[in-house]
Amino acid sequence: MPTLSLKRLDKGPAQASPSFLSLRSSSFYVALIAGVCLLFADIEIISPNPWLELRAMGEGLLAPRIVSYSELLQGLANTLSFALQGMAVAVVAGFSMALVYRRWFIRAFCAFIRAIHELFWALIFIQCFGLSPLTGLLAIALPYAGTLAKVYGELFEETAPQPGANLLASKSLSAFFYTTLPLAWPALCHYTRYRFECALRSTVVLGFVGLPTLGFYLETALSEGYYGEAAGLLYVLLLLIASQRWWLRKGLLPLYVALAVVCLPPSANVNWPTLLQFFGEDIIPQPLRTASQQDLGPWLALMWQQQLWPGLCNTLVLSQIALLFSALLALLLLPFNSTLFIGPLLKRGSDGLLIIARSLPEYLLAFVALLLWGPSMLPAIVALALHNGAIVAHLLAGFSQQLYLRDDACRGVNRYAYEVLPRIYRQFLAILFYRWEVIMRESAILGILGIATLGFYIDSAFEEFRFDRAALLILASALLNMAVDTLARRLRRGLQLDTKADLG
Amino acid sequence: MKAEFIAPGLGSAPRKDSALQQKLLATEPVFFLDNADLAYEGRVVLNQLCLSIAPGERVALVGRSGVGKSTLLAALRAQQPRTSAWCPQQSGLVPMLSVYHNIYMGGLQRHNSLYNLLNLVKTLPRPLAEVAALAADLQLDEHLFNRVEQLSGGQAQRVAIGRALYQRQEVFLGDEPVSALDDYQAQHLLRLIVDKHRTLVLALHDVAQALHFCDRIIGLKDGAIVLDAASSSLEAEALAELYN
Repeated sequence: MPTLSLKRLDKGPAQASPSFLSLRSSSFYVALIAGVCLLFADIEIISPNPWLELRAMGEGLLAPRIVSYSELLQGLANTLSFALQGMAVAVVAGFSMALVYRRWFIRAFCAFIRAIHELFWALIFIQCFGLSPLTGLLAIALPYAGTLAKVYGELFEETAPQPGANLLASKSLSAFFYTTLPLAWPALCHYTRYRFECALRSTVVLGFVGLPTLGFYLETALSEGYYGEAAGLLYVLLLLIASQRWWLRKGLLPLYVALAVVCLPPSANVNWPTLLQFFGEDIIPQPLRTASQQDLGPWLALMWQQQLWPGLCNTLVLSQIALLFSALLALLLLPFNSTLFIGPLLKRGSDGLLIIARSLPEYLLAFVALLLWGPSMLPAIVALALHNGAIVAHLLAGFSQQLYLRDDACRGVNRYAYEVLPRIYRQFLAILFYRWEVIMRESAILGILGIATLGFYIDSAFEEFRFDRAALLILASALLNMAVDTLARRLRRGLQLDTKADLG
Repeated sequence: MKAEFIAPGLGSAPRKDSALQQKLLATEPVFFLDNADLAYEGRVVLNQLCLSIAPGERVALVGRSGVGKSTLLAALRAQQPRTSAWCPQQSGLVPMLSVYHNIYMGGLQRHNSLYNLLNLVKTLPRPLAEVAALAADLQLDEHLFNRVEQLSGGQAQRVAIGRALYQRQEVFLGDEPVSALDDYQAQHLLRLIVDKHRTLVLALHDVAQALHFCDRIIGLKDGAIVLDAASSSLEAEALAELYN
């Protein structure tokens, strides 16, 4: 029988398939895996007298000092310039790629460039362009372009299809600019704003590897134990991020970007022979370079045994533990950030605390915790859990505020367990799986601080000028992130978890 | 809209042996269905439909809601996707754009992308004159630069009609185009639509409107065409049967 069907086909088979893991069992596995990882994690406190250090830090926080205003202004100007320029390039590149995001090779390319952390990009570009403005610009722009292309592309796909479908030339570029783009615009702006905040944090972290941002001065002050100075810089950073909504205006953006370019022209002394040497020779595995191909097998085996395997294991162990503690912290903080449980005044206070916790980059938090407890996984776990827990709690509290509860609904713990948590648990898991990839990326990076994750081996390889090893390890970390990204997306689909894309 | 074609002969050259086709060989029909089963969301709602609409005909589709009028209209549109002005039941406007831009959208295909982009950033005088004249006919001139999300339901429906009119085609397909308007405005706008198009197919729930503005009435009931007659031969009471 001939049939004409007008129903839109579902996007993918995973969408329609029943959840292969229930919400309950997926939560159980997150906890179980983290529990097993805890057995293998090294979480000693090595520092001889952590309390003394903590006291010194506390005193520093209470007595912030600004030593040199010219240094502070310079650091501030550089931080803003790097973030603005990097975002400007990333937005243009990401938007262009989002227009052709349906092509598989564009998707794969974006997945690859965003799977490499901005600090790793910085380490690569420092070898090519030195500690130049161009290095900072590229280190931000490249991974951010990949992320923005993905989010913009998904936003375009999610817009309502009717307005475009009603037009005579529904697939044209004009139709895109008249229907899809305006429909996606508010979400697009919202996400770009959030991403700019991330760029500010990333720029600060780039200071820790030598670029002259606030992070550079912060690192110097912290490692020398000038906690008052560090606190001064920290407060400036927090103010900068917290005041964003007042100074970050769409109309002023062209002016800001122009100022950023004037203030920090994206230049570098490009030494072409060095550049060619780096990409054409240095990053190629040593046995291949010296034409002793038969040594490639042993070289790879040795790398696997001594660096890749322990690096991968530690990265996974750290990230799974951090994921669990982020989740627990978020669930614990949620009632203290939702007016379903506390008054508006208390909510203001907890808002402030959560903003502080999520404004501080994990890397900075881990650096400070490391000063306290010495090099083990503990500082990294605490840093990752604090930062990500605060973000998840903030988003969950936002969801909970939208819930409508009956006037006679129960209160306190009962309300939390019976009315609120069951209703937002799906979103909770969705956000958590979004953060999973972020936590994995950061776990690798925290190795630079001396915890034996992939970043540790990558940083050491750069220090020893063994760029072939660094390239292999960075590739491994990129593949790991891409695998986790794919797995998390599968899980979200399988569990039919859905939140909007503004979660980063 | 994504349409899945399984029906032989649908949208392709009509079969010579069809008796219906013999009769219509004189003029090439605008729309032609031969034994087509039409489905909505995977469920067949209209069985073995035969239908031919010639140029110049003004057709009203009547019948209870859910009988398959929208499905039939969408199937007709799939036959002439680029040459039929389209006014769907769900207006599908872009809420954050102005009335002007939403109406202009109907004419995107007449200009190159650069011109359209420029018009999005800065209103161009020629399309403005055209759209403003149309908006005056639709009694929307006061709201020309208001965003569509600020309008009432009736106003939004008039914007959707404006967009379809600005597509400037000879054929008009409308799915309850005036359902949210009062009687007086509905009359006025249907007159406008009828005057500007040679061939029309309108799904209408108001029987009086159907009899007044169209010359052929197609009644649908229980998955089939149960009535197909000139409106001059019909009276409103005869159509009441369709709704029982």
